[in-house]
Amino acid sequence: MRATGVNFYYGKFKALHDVSIEFATNKVTALIGPSGCGKSTFLRNLNRINETLRETRIEGEITLDGENILAKDVTEIRRRIGMVFQRPNPFPKSIFDNIIYGPRINGMLKGTSAAEIVEKSLRRAALWDEVKDKLNESAYAISGGQQQRLCIARALAVDPEVLLLDEPCSALDPIATAKIEDLLVGLKHQCTIVIVTHNMQQAARVADTTGFFLLGKLIEHDKTDIIFKNPSKKETEDYITGRFG
Amino acid sequence: MRPFEEEFQSLNDTLQEMGALVAHSIQRSVLSLVEKNEDYAHQVIRDESRVDQMEIQIDDTVTSLIVREQPVARDMRLVVSAIKISTDLERMGDLAVHIAERSLSLMAQPQLPETVNFGEIANLVESMVLGSLESFVKRDAQMARSILESDNAVDKARNTIQRQLTDLMQRDTTTISRALDYLIITRKLERIGDHATNIAEDVIFLAQGVDVRHRVAEVA
Repeated sequence: MRATGVNFYYGKFKALHDVSIEFATNKVTALIGPSGCGKSTFLRNLNRINETLRETRIEGEITLDGENILAKDVTEIRRRIGMVFQRPNPFPKSIFDNIIYGPRINGMLKGTSAAEIVEKSLRRAALWDEVKDKLNESAYAISGGQQQRLCIARALAVDPEVLLLDEPCSALDPIATAKIEDLLVGLKHQCTIVIVTHNMQQAARVADTTGFFLLGKLIEHDKTDIIFKNPSKKETEDYITGRFG
Repeated sequence: MRPFEEEFQSLNDTLQEMGALVAHSIQRSVLSLVEKNEDYAHQVIRDESRVDQMEIQIDDTVTSLIVREQPVARDMRLVVSAIKISTDLERMGDLAVHIAERSLSLMAQPQLPETVNFGEIANLVESMVLGSLESFVKRDAQMARSILESDNAVDKARNTIQRQLTDLMQRDTTTISRALDYLIITRKLERIGDHATNIAEDVIFLAQGVDVRHRVAEVA
């Protein structure tokens, strides 16, 4: 997946300035930066969620497998590029129905049983053993950490090529956070992952590459090891060492 | 300056202070030998415990900084370098004490029939020590690289002294005990030069994030 020369506007306000970045397939890319730097705005452009907002405008090109996603059917794009948000947002339905919702509306149940898809998705999200005996219970009955993994399982149920995560652990305790991080490291073999995080240790732990955003610009994108050991830009170093501002 | 920055600055300052103390000890150990000055030798021996305390203090500061600040980038490079540099400095301090002790022993014995020229190796090693410490203070990778190149000159100077003393021992076996003391001192000076080289390598890592250990030819 690649973004080239992306500019994005909220009305007259230009929130992203000429952002170009390539997300390596089957790798985890972390996007870091201070609040308001544009990292979440950028992430939300990658599956066109920003289009749901009024008076927004995007320029540039975002491609997946060489195809410009801005010119494709948005429903198809959001199936291929899944998203998980900051706070767990399960549907007010059973655990089973949460998972099967996406495959059902995308017509993916032909030839495959719903139960198989649910089990496979929950296993991929490392949640199966914890919820297999309560699949028909409300998704709200499980813990916050489990709800977030349920949301990841729900996103995985439609076999996305890319999974976007917007601060997925910010509402979770360290144990639930560790489970999500372990999950991401395992999941990257199945899809490309882009995660926005404020937690730099999290980026250092899970990401193969890390991009630093500041004032709507991508300042630096490199291997995570390089970013945290010897970044090339002073702005990056000032931010990650806590000397920003 | 924010509190955590003060802690990194304090680590830096302690390391500089330890470096200055060790450099003085090395200078005094050589002077005690050349000038047959007992006071210098005793001063070096007395200062050893202070050097040891500073090593422990630096280790303690580093572990605290790792636990509390989880340093990255230049802060990470400073704490990693600090723990390695302080270990090298402590060993250099020990070597200065060994030289001072041998020097006191030699003062109690008759002089060798011919002069052993320690000037060249002592100057080279002292200049490496001071240069490596200055490169740390200035975060000057170029200066640190020049220290790496000095190591071969120290080895040459040591070989010259070694040949002279071996010849002397072969010609006059009554000199063996004293000549061995001089040989050991030469070896200690050379080891101090090696530690200065280690510090220079750490400074390059600190300043540029580049690991040049074991690849001296590539950076020359």
